[in-house]
Amino acid sequence: MSHDDIAFHLPPAPRDIPAAPAGPAPTMVPLTIDGRAVEVPSGATLIDACAALDITVPTLCYLKTLTPVNACRMCVVEVEGARVLAPACSRQVEPGMVVKTRSPRVNLSRKMVLELLGSSVDLSTAPGLAEMMAEYDARPERFHQSLTSAPSVSSAALASESASSASSAALGESASSAALGDSASSASSVALGDSASSASSVALASSASSASLAAGSVSVASVAQPVKVDNDLYVRDYGKCILCYKCVEACGTDAQHTFAIAVAGRGFNAHISTELDVPLPDSACVYCGNCIAVCPTGALMATPEFELRKAGEWRPETQAVTDTICPYCGVGCTLTVHVQDQQIVKVTSPFDNDVTRGNLCVKGRFGFEYVNRT
Amino acid sequence: MGGGTSSYREIEETDCILLWGSNARETHPIFFHHLLAGLKRGAKLYAIDPRRTASAQWADLWAGLDVGTDIALSNTMAREIIHAGLVNREFIEHATSGFDTYAAMVEPWTLERGEAETRVPAAVIREMAHAYATAKRAIICWTLGITEHHTAVHNVMALINLSLLTGHVGRWGSGLNPLRGQNNVQGGGDMGALPDRLPGFQHVENEAVRAKFDRFYGVAVPPKKGWHLSAMFDAMERGDLRALYVIGENPLQSEADQHRATRLLESLDLLVVQDIFLTETAQRADIVFPAAAGAFESEGTVTNSERRVQRVRKTLNPPGEAREDLAIICDLAGRMGHPWAADAEAIWNEVRQLSPAHAGMSYARLEQLSGLQWPCYDEQHPGEVFLHGRLWERPVRGPRAPFSLVKHALPLDHLDDQFPLRLTTGRRLAEYNTGVQTGSYASPTRRGETIDVSPEDAARMGLVEGQSVRVTSRRGAVVAPVHIDPSLRPGLTFMTFHFPDDVATNLLTSDATDPLVGTAEFKATAIRIETGDGTPASRH
Repeated sequence: MSHDDIAFHLPPAPRDIPAAPAGPAPTMVPLTIDGRAVEVPSGATLIDACAALDITVPTLCYLKTLTPVNACRMCVVEVEGARVLAPACSRQVEPGMVVKTRSPRVNLSRKMVLELLGSSVDLSTAPGLAEMMAEYDARPERFHQSLTSAPSVSSAALASESASSASSAALGESASSAALGDSASSASSVALGDSASSASSVALASSASSASLAAGSVSVASVAQPVKVDNDLYVRDYGKCILCYKCVEACGTDAQHTFAIAVAGRGFNAHISTELDVPLPDSACVYCGNCIAVCPTGALMATPEFELRKAGEWRPETQAVTDTICPYCGVGCTLTVHVQDQQIVKVTSPFDNDVTRGNLCVKGRFGFEYVNRT
Repeated sequence: MGGGTSSYREIEETDCILLWGSNARETHPIFFHHLLAGLKRGAKLYAIDPRRTASAQWADLWAGLDVGTDIALSNTMAREIIHAGLVNREFIEHATSGFDTYAAMVEPWTLERGEAETRVPAAVIREMAHAYATAKRAIICWTLGITEHHTAVHNVMALINLSLLTGHVGRWGSGLNPLRGQNNVQGGGDMGALPDRLPGFQHVENEAVRAKFDRFYGVAVPPKKGWHLSAMFDAMERGDLRALYVIGENPLQSEADQHRATRLLESLDLLVVQDIFLTETAQRADIVFPAAAGAFESEGTVTNSERRVQRVRKTLNPPGEAREDLAIICDLAGRMGHPWAADAEAIWNEVRQLSPAHAGMSYARLEQLSGLQWPCYDEQHPGEVFLHGRLWERPVRGPRAPFSLVKHALPLDHLDDQFPLRLTTGRRLAEYNTGVQTGSYASPTRRGETIDVSPEDAARMGLVEGQSVRVTSRRGAVVAPVHIDPSLRPGLTFMTFHFPDDVATNLLTSDATDPLVGTAEFKATAIRIETGDGTPASRH
């Protein structure tokens, strides 16, 4: 602060370039994944180890910047000697582990996850989901069949190891009928009890009307429900919600610490909710939109994208995507700006950016209207 | 060069944070994410602010000092640290100068006197002092709560003194960090947008520096420093400044004492405004250059609060006849006989040749590394994550860091029977400055301007939420609705300046400035509140 010091010169540079103090060198853990040897630091997860080998593990609820919650089970892998499949996102490496990422058992499990989600949730705006469905031959429509001709199969059959060790063709069939019996019985009772008790936010699938029930035909329950539009900045379409918890974590202790939302309800009635389910403007929400940034299915969507999609005018392939720096305060957040037809239609931030880690505030994410033409 | 000494990542790994005159939770939300990560790791947070802000609600202790008593508080903490034997003797002896005089200066500041002057309980001052001094690593962050006072520079020095006393500077996790209020406040200063500096913070009155620039550009750089903003207004008053070229600023609404600012701007022979909006200032201009929006419609760089130079890129074509600032300035230069090329990268490379601290920052590296922190001396240099590491070398190279003698002085706009309430100003989360950029997006939390008063004052004056009142200072009056805010202490009121077209808060604010740098005392205005029928509501 030597204000009038006209002789001011930069002080000499330090002898050593300043840096974070080096921690103790991590112990390296050797393991084998898909027959290939790899060494990663202790404390790393299986998904980190897979990344070191360029093995892609499919994920829905996982994000590097968030604490793993093991909700979606898409990332399961087979660990030799373990009774159950392990979620790669959170399972830490151990010396000598032998891991298979694409065994028949793993593939079946992922297929089932996708089918169960696909049968109950609208995944139409989930990036990469169609590709995953194709890759794992997931056919959620199997769960929409009429029950009248379905054999009664104990739910135990689904989990039986014999099913998963069967040939893949036979496996598909047995899993299909087992799952059908299982989920139809439990889901229909949940849905019935729910619709009878109150106008809850969890609705019956459209085909599961009382008429079709009377006819003895039941479909699986879905989370279909009206889109929540209660403010001008973003919408919540919980018919697309897979309950991955990412939004709760981003709103909570992993980033924003606003705690405007949490998971309310139990079982199939579990849903993302503000306090007492009040509309967003009455909640603690500060509209940072960090929940939108982490949502893997488009259940949370900024209003411009929502409106353009509704009008059939959302064209990501025509959008120019450019990084710049936020025009507001002096933190210097990187904004990834999506421009369609000379209009800013979306703003995000890179998750690997040291300043933001993918997070922005309300001004950075939404405060661009002043450069949009009206 | 002046800049925050630490990186954002360091606040995640520090042990003690003094957040002083900063409501970072609302004004620097993503920095506050880093701070929260530090709290999660176990750091203690002390919030020093007249208001119990959204940031203070995260603190282990809130020190609700009276507006303008920051130096008193700092000096009291310093005396306590000295008397408790918690100074870092080794650091003081090897790396600083002036300790003995400083210790004598703070000696009268007992905890009792500190409490009397600041109204922060002695036990709180003591705990903060001990926590800061005994922490292994500690960081002080501040914002305009420190600098928008007539003692702006001394307030900053008072905080620097604390870091020198305890050795909390120049190490990983220990430092001093002004959080910049605008996306290129740091870069603007670094680039010489100051009355006395050339690019690279090099002083214009230093002959060797000037000679370097003279040689490089083949013209003689004017040898005398210019006026800062407040001095410019004084020069307008005297008639010494008759033409003004304003780029990207709305001084008519953002300057303190708006009546005076308006009168002086309207009295100019020539007012040129270059802006993305036809602001209130631009509406009075003789010439308006429509400009492209910096962050979205131009190429260039900005520098953030951790000294990180980052690329700004063009994402949209500017509307109509609007053009990039650079193109407008270069065209003007051309008309004056200097044909400059309006190429952002070429100009940046000039900066790299003239400012040693920026020499290593090629556009390619800025792109590849998501920005670089100065100083960055060559293309192999990674940039310095923290500054002043040299102070820990034995013997220290370069100048020692001096303790500064700073005296407590209350705000110039004093309280009395006519103006018994203290008004302080600041920002809200979803808004920005005079609202020209934020006014157009549909923030669900926007509730317009209010005069925020404490529940105690509201009860005493019989004010109710939403009631329209007249707020009067020694310079002007505005009408605003009341908002009762439990984060305010009795005697303290708060307004923003986000909605100047509805409520011109800066009609009230004081144009008292720091004589050293010209910063206006936006944080301390004396007011009274009257209800609609003209009866004074703010009686004692």
